[in-house]
Amino acid sequence: MDLRFTRQEIAFRDEVRAFFRDNLPESVRAKLIDGEFIGPDDYRAWTRTLSAKGWGAPHWPVEHGGTGWDPVRQYIYLEELQKWPAPAPLAFGVSMVGPVIAAFGNAAQKAHYLPRILTLDDWWCQGFSEPGAGSDLASLRTKAVRDGDFFIVNGQKTWTTLAQYADWIFCLVRTNPDAKKQKGITYLLIDMKTPGIEVRPIVTMDGGREINEVFLTDVRVPAENLVGEENRGWDYAKFLLGNERSGIARVGLSKQRIARIRELAAQEFSGGRPLIEEPRFREKLVSVEIELKALELTQMRVVSNDAKRGHTGRPDPASSILKIKGSEIQQATTHLLMEVMGPFAAPFRGAEEDGWNEPADGPDYAAYAAPSYFNNRKVSIYGGSNEIQRNIIAKAVLGL
Amino acid sequence: MDFDFSDEQTLLKDQLDRLLADRYGFEERKRAMASPEGFSAEMWARYAEMGLMALPFAEDDGGIGGGPVETMIVAEAFGRVLALEPWMTTVITGGGFVRLAGSAAQRAALIPEIASGALKLAFAHTERHSRFDLNIVESTAKRDGGGWLLSGHKSVVHDGASADKFFVTARTAGSRRDAGGIGVFLVDAHAPGVTRRGYPTQDGRRAAELSLDNVAIDAEAVFGDSENGLSLVHAVVDQTIAALCAEAVGVMEAMQKLTVDYLKVRKQFGMPIGAFQALQHRAVDMFTATEQSRSMAYLAAMMADDDEATERAKSLHAAKAEIGRNGRAVGESAIQLHGGVGMTAEYAVGAYFKRMTMIDVAFGDSDHHVGRLAEMGGLF
Repeated sequence: MDLRFTRQEIAFRDEVRAFFRDNLPESVRAKLIDGEFIGPDDYRAWTRTLSAKGWGAPHWPVEHGGTGWDPVRQYIYLEELQKWPAPAPLAFGVSMVGPVIAAFGNAAQKAHYLPRILTLDDWWCQGFSEPGAGSDLASLRTKAVRDGDFFIVNGQKTWTTLAQYADWIFCLVRTNPDAKKQKGITYLLIDMKTPGIEVRPIVTMDGGREINEVFLTDVRVPAENLVGEENRGWDYAKFLLGNERSGIARVGLSKQRIARIRELAAQEFSGGRPLIEEPRFREKLVSVEIELKALELTQMRVVSNDAKRGHTGRPDPASSILKIKGSEIQQATTHLLMEVMGPFAAPFRGAEEDGWNEPADGPDYAAYAAPSYFNNRKVSIYGGSNEIQRNIIAKAVLGL
Repeated sequence: MDFDFSDEQTLLKDQLDRLLADRYGFEERKRAMASPEGFSAEMWARYAEMGLMALPFAEDDGGIGGGPVETMIVAEAFGRVLALEPWMTTVITGGGFVRLAGSAAQRAALIPEIASGALKLAFAHTERHSRFDLNIVESTAKRDGGGWLLSGHKSVVHDGASADKFFVTARTAGSRRDAGGIGVFLVDAHAPGVTRRGYPTQDGRRAAELSLDNVAIDAEAVFGDSENGLSLVHAVVDQTIAALCAEAVGVMEAMQKLTVDYLKVRKQFGMPIGAFQALQHRAVDMFTATEQSRSMAYLAAMMADDDEATERAKSLHAAKAEIGRNGRAVGESAIQLHGGVGMTAEYAVGAYFKRMTMIDVAFGDSDHHVGRLAEMGGLF
């Protein structure tokens, strides 16, 4: 047993840090630190910077642009990315549809789509959830009917993150209404410019414009956009669930936020002394830090196990722990950060794109603290709610 | 970064697990608890045979040269069966003073005795007003010719009822809260002026109150710097905390297993109660808390003998806090999910819950450690 990284791993970590320091514009980093949304231009520029370095999608197969890093290096990279902080490459392309195409797509699909994900020439969004299919995703009803060389798709997707910028959407659609519900689902790639697609924004309670509804009406999708086999889409979607392990806990992100909390709590005063010296606040913060340390080690156990024995590709119950604890800690830290702001958590600042140009009230760094807390309620809901994660552990680990 | 045990460590684990599975059932434990010593003399002898008493000592001193990971393996195994023997107090805490501060002569005199199982040690530190603060010492040591005279009263000396010798903290200078002026002395249980009163603790073990009335100690019984022993006490307590964390993980694992097994067999409303989601989710929270605790026990083990005292202390504060908190949650859930049967003295889960609760109040509860860590500026 040894918790330490090797000398080579430490050199690698330093190289990653130096790259972020030298290449990420300070303005983008500042937005991330304050919890402000970064726009598509910043995303695209940064994704291209990473890809030019060869780091656009570290976990992909090398022949498609992956790095060939072992699980430990992938972990270090993600940890440093989150800690700096630098924007993570858009997950919908790099972490979701990319690995599915790489594993199940045909040669033409791989050759066409994968390079365009790495450069963000194609912005992908995820068409899984529907109004009637959330936790019970397999009950989805968006229908695709074969018509010669096309599928005709009708239905509605929802909670579609950043669909307003998307060029493509990867969708689960029902192709066999008579089969058991998991067996009649197909994985389709759909061009967002196809006639019949309409995107309507859903404004979230924090004022954010991240998510959307996507309506599909008689959308004609070329049959060549089918991934793998018809009616096997559920298997491909499930393949993803076990795939996302490093980084799911967001340990680096929470570390960065804790550093920010300490920094700002030293500047804000309470009872005549810096807030960080107030025992009640300090001990709340330390309690979260302890949980985070435990999670970091749990994550390292998973990574080390992967490195030694290889990733089985099956969903790992450990990733459910990482998701549950990671999301709880993200929520606790966003709440603590808001608490630091005291009364200045209150003033609302609208988005510039909505024509908001009022002067700031209170310190600049306070503006997004409350919205970020509100927004982070999502992290225990998306990607399989924490209750679903508990169901998975109960069944897969405890045998209940 | 590597979380695997070496082959030797795996062998140690398998061997000990097998011995305990064969010989340390809950009923056998009850019999040992009822014996005059309050533990199994037979198992004690077997541990010595296996080399567990010699485990952490250097090979040059007649030990086996095991480190904190080996300690963790043993302590966790003992936690799983609620072993009663004074292994941790003798080998890790008492042995810790010998290893870290013993002169060549002291090591040569004591280590063979410990290794053979002939010598049982306890650590007499707590006093009526010290709570968890290691620097609060009111017992005194006054120079007397070449030696010392010790006086004072020590409380809740774990395994003190059966110990042959005590490591005792006493003030050689300064006032009761001073960090300086604390010495560590080895006191024979039968020395003139020593009075002890043994009693049972909540978790079925034994402890003692220890009174020292001008107990004469010779110079060879001083461990480390008699004026500046606090850092030694911290070092030994940190290693003990790491071992307690490992024991706690064994206890939690056992509670979780008992509970999940019970959920599968207990039927109500015509089905196993484990089919109910409210109970499933609580069982999953027990599992998560146990795994998070295991991670912290690893951290504690790997930092327990770190030379950098501040980083070591931070890690151990964090580990003990996490484990105290999680242990309570796991224990309370274990009782709740068992329902009425969990309340009975006859059934094992209550015994585990009680041990877990007492681990939290040994060497600082979770609030104490959170508070100390907060004063030190936190982890990140």
